[in-house]
Amino acid sequence: MRKRALIPILYILFLMLPIYWLIAMSFKTTNEILSGFSLFPQTFTLENYRVIFTDPTWYWGYINSIIYVSLNTVISVTVALPAAYAFSRYRFLGDKQLFFWLLTNRMAPAAVFALPFFQLYSSVGLFDTHLAVALAHSLFNIPLAVWILEGFMGGVPKELDETAYVDGYSFPRFFVTIFLPTIKAGVGVAAFFAFMFSWVELLLAKTLTAVAAKPIAATMTKTASSAGYELGLLAAAGTLTIIPGAIVIYFVRNYIAKGFALGRV
Amino acid sequence: MKTENQRAWFFVLPVLLLVAFNALVPIMTVVNYSVQETFGNNVFFWQGLDWFENILRSDRFQASLGRQFLFTFLILIIEVPLGIIIALSMPRQGIWVPVCLVTMALPMLIPWNVVGAMWNIFTLPEIGLLGYLMNNTLGIPYDMTQNPFAAWVTIITMDVWHWTSLVVLLSYAGLVSIPDAYYQAAKIDGASPWKVFRYIQLPKMKTVLTIAILLRFMDSFNIYTEPFVLTGGGPGNSTTLLSIDLVKIALGQFDLGPAAAMSLIYFAITLLVSWLFYTLMTKDDRK
Repeated sequence: MRKRALIPILYILFLMLPIYWLIAMSFKTTNEILSGFSLFPQTFTLENYRVIFTDPTWYWGYINSIIYVSLNTVISVTVALPAAYAFSRYRFLGDKQLFFWLLTNRMAPAAVFALPFFQLYSSVGLFDTHLAVALAHSLFNIPLAVWILEGFMGGVPKELDETAYVDGYSFPRFFVTIFLPTIKAGVGVAAFFAFMFSWVELLLAKTLTAVAAKPIAATMTKTASSAGYELGLLAAAGTLTIIPGAIVIYFVRNYIAKGFALGRV
Repeated sequence: MKTENQRAWFFVLPVLLLVAFNALVPIMTVVNYSVQETFGNNVFFWQGLDWFENILRSDRFQASLGRQFLFTFLILIIEVPLGIIIALSMPRQGIWVPVCLVTMALPMLIPWNVVGAMWNIFTLPEIGLLGYLMNNTLGIPYDMTQNPFAAWVTIITMDVWHWTSLVVLLSYAGLVSIPDAYYQAAKIDGASPWKVFRYIQLPKMKTVLTIAILLRFMDSFNIYTEPFVLTGGGPGNSTTLLSIDLVKIALGQFDLGPAAAMSLIYFAITLLVSWLFYTLMTKDDRK
């Protein structure tokens, strides 16, 4: 083995340590956690997971999160597709300004929007619905999706479009049957990013929900503060939030490097 | 070449409507609050630009802003070089590539409050792995709830853990796009590894590094959840970054006017610095 391989190995070890600790903690009893230090669970227990899977306030947290994240992913990618096509193929009045304005929303601190979002979504009657969180997250996910898709579409030669028109394809038919399959990696990556940023965000999701659409992350913070030292339960809930992320990464693993470069390499 | 076509606006319309609904209404609400004073019951008084002046002059805001710049500066000078070094030493092909990529991307897909909670559990003095190792095995006193320096080291380490992979993945994407012929040419010329890095790899990574630095700047400048869950801004105010302070004023004390003025100043600084970064880093391309 070459010496150079040591750097990524050490880095991955550093990444895995806190995750290992979280998982190890989730299999310990509260007694063991509080009684002192142990590298491996001494009395292996599934009690923490049993609590989560039998208590509706816990498992509904997961279902709520997955509902609004999926909704957001569908909304963001669907509206971003035609817009990204327009930016990559046409020049039109104010296109550069519009693109920059979209990106400024990606720069907005979520803390700035928390309070006005609460008032806006309350006044339109969407407070505490999955749709409210999905729409709120689209504020930063749509610009990102447009940016990514525009990068991937820019790599497709324009001749493809022209040949299709010569062959008598209508625009919608061309877009769905020829263009979309060509950039399917880009669509996958855009969906992945929309999923990612909606799944990890908490401040807006928490502000916009109370009971019916409450995300798992908010359930966790409440447990952390009210139940005091239920660390095992908290660790189990945390471990379960890693799984959806791990699954989606697995699906985009071949495009992940190009994807993080927003299709621009 | 792009063709001129004003009907392209119809393609952009759905995005425009959705983002405008989400961005313009809230921003106008904030602007509205920022120039008024209220004592509740929806009664407002015109206040002019007083809030802006108060915020800009207040020690509290200046201190949070200072901490915010220090935090962003520290994570950038650690994460960017570290990310490049890791990307350079990663395998270019073979079965280890997907393993590396997937494990490295994992921290970025963990909800931010779970990241905070995870590091909290990891660093607890008697219970956490790191806390135990530091205090009991190495004998270094380490308790971030007491010691501001320990709290800073912990939030920086947490961010390095959380986001260095973004720089790694972006740099890696740039590196694998370099054709083999470049390296062969360099070998024939007898170029040193440093020269290869300086004149072949770095220029190829420029675009992706611009994206990486820009994204890392924006996200670290807006960071809220992770340090809030980990330290709550403490001990004292030592890790109260801008967002934490803003949420304290807006949702904790419900001081709408000052909070709104602070929001606008905050947003303006983020925009300005992002724009500066972007112009500086893409300056050469336009020449």
